[in-house]
Amino acid sequence: MSDAAATIAPDARPRLPHGVRLVNNEAQGGLVLLAPERVFKPDPIAAEILKRCTGELSLAQIVDDLADSFSAPRERVLTDVTALLRSLADKKLLEL
Amino acid sequence: MAAGSDKLPRPLGLLAELTHRCPLGCPYCSNPLELDRRSEELDTATWARVFGEAAGLGVMQVHLSGGEPAARRDLVEITAAARQAGLYTNLITSGVGLRPETFAALVDAGLDHVQISIQDSEAASADHIAGYQGAFERKRALAAAVVARKVPLTVNAVMHRANIDHVADMVALALTLGASRVEIAHVQYYGWALPNRAMLMPTREQVERAVAAVEELRTRHHGAIVIDAVVPDYYARFPKPCVGGWGRRSLNITPSGKVLPCHAAESIPGLEFWSVRDRSLADIWISSPAFQAFRGTSWMQEPCASCPRREQDFGGCRCQAFALTGDARATDPVCHLSPHHAMVAELAAVRTEAAYIYRR
Repeated sequence: MSDAAATIAPDARPRLPHGVRLVNNEAQGGLVLLAPERVFKPDPIAAEILKRCTGELSLAQIVDDLADSFSAPRERVLTDVTALLRSLADKKLLEL
Repeated sequence: MAAGSDKLPRPLGLLAELTHRCPLGCPYCSNPLELDRRSEELDTATWARVFGEAAGLGVMQVHLSGGEPAARRDLVEITAAARQAGLYTNLITSGVGLRPETFAALVDAGLDHVQISIQDSEAASADHIAGYQGAFERKRALAAAVVARKVPLTVNAVMHRANIDHVADMVALALTLGASRVEIAHVQYYGWALPNRAMLMPTREQVERAVAAVEELRTRHHGAIVIDAVVPDYYARFPKPCVGGWGRRSLNITPSGKVLPCHAAESIPGLEFWSVRDRSLADIWISSPAFQAFRGTSWMQEPCASCPRREQDFGGCRCQAFALTGDARATDPVCHLSPHHAMVAELAAVRTEAAYIYRR
């Protein structure tokens, strides 16, 4: 993958496609991401990111919100969020 | 739940075999040779109850399978009940017998994902393997309907000697159909595949080419389609961690309601299976003799018992160990540490061009 493919447009509005659902499962101890033939247990940071991937917020808004909520440097948040979203999109678990 | 159940693992997936009826006759069908009859099938209300119990037990995904699940007239009600129980619903279908209006109703009922089996990359060969004229075109039509509704589609490609050299074409077909995922699943020799083994077994050279091709295809189609591969274990050095470990991650319910640790478990003599007709799923998961038989590692013999990989591959597959050695507690002989390992290569070398024994 080239560097160009690793970036995501700031106005992209990431959302979970049909067949990928973030649900709270008490028996399994918290949030799980359900996908075709797969189940992921997101770590707390990934869970915060995924909760914001509803198709309503742009990438820039998600990063602003997270940087604000967790008093983290925006640049660092952007790097982490981009890496996670790109990896999920490559696995067909996210639409950008 | 019973005392002490805290230590028990919770199942993640439930394979619901809604019926053994199927229009296709694939010679590697994983159903048992002795099929459940329609009159023995669980009714809608029982499936609905079981889905609720499964969700309470921790199950997150239900795989609605068969046979051909579309042979059930209440498939829409069953799917709706699974979704209402909070389960992720995966339909595993041949694509034959599922009418467009039924499919539309399934999506409205909350169907999450569809997996369609495809027997080969072109129609004549695919229909020959399935034993059903015209199956290939129907599968293409259903795939188009699935993608049109934006439901994620997996193409399941079962590979064996007749189609293993077409692995790149199968992936290309899956891409053309709009699948987001393709499973390259080499035949596992249980059920109907066992009597067909000599007709289905690929050569070692074929398997090596296919494994290399899959690696190359993964790189080439990165981000376009997910390629999952089930390894052909007769040519492996270590066994597969069958069903993620016996009674650890998944369970299987037969059309008549028996609960099995894996779909082939009934091939092991002497196991006592409990039915959802008589007991709750939690009771069965925790206490049924069949689930307890090979759970954990205490049942193991050498070389498994002291093996550093015993919690990794769980001694391989119990059904395969029994089928090949006559002892369900033996090390799966596909493991190179098994004293019976040489037999596997001998069996893989037995190949004939005789006609398939179709599943009927």
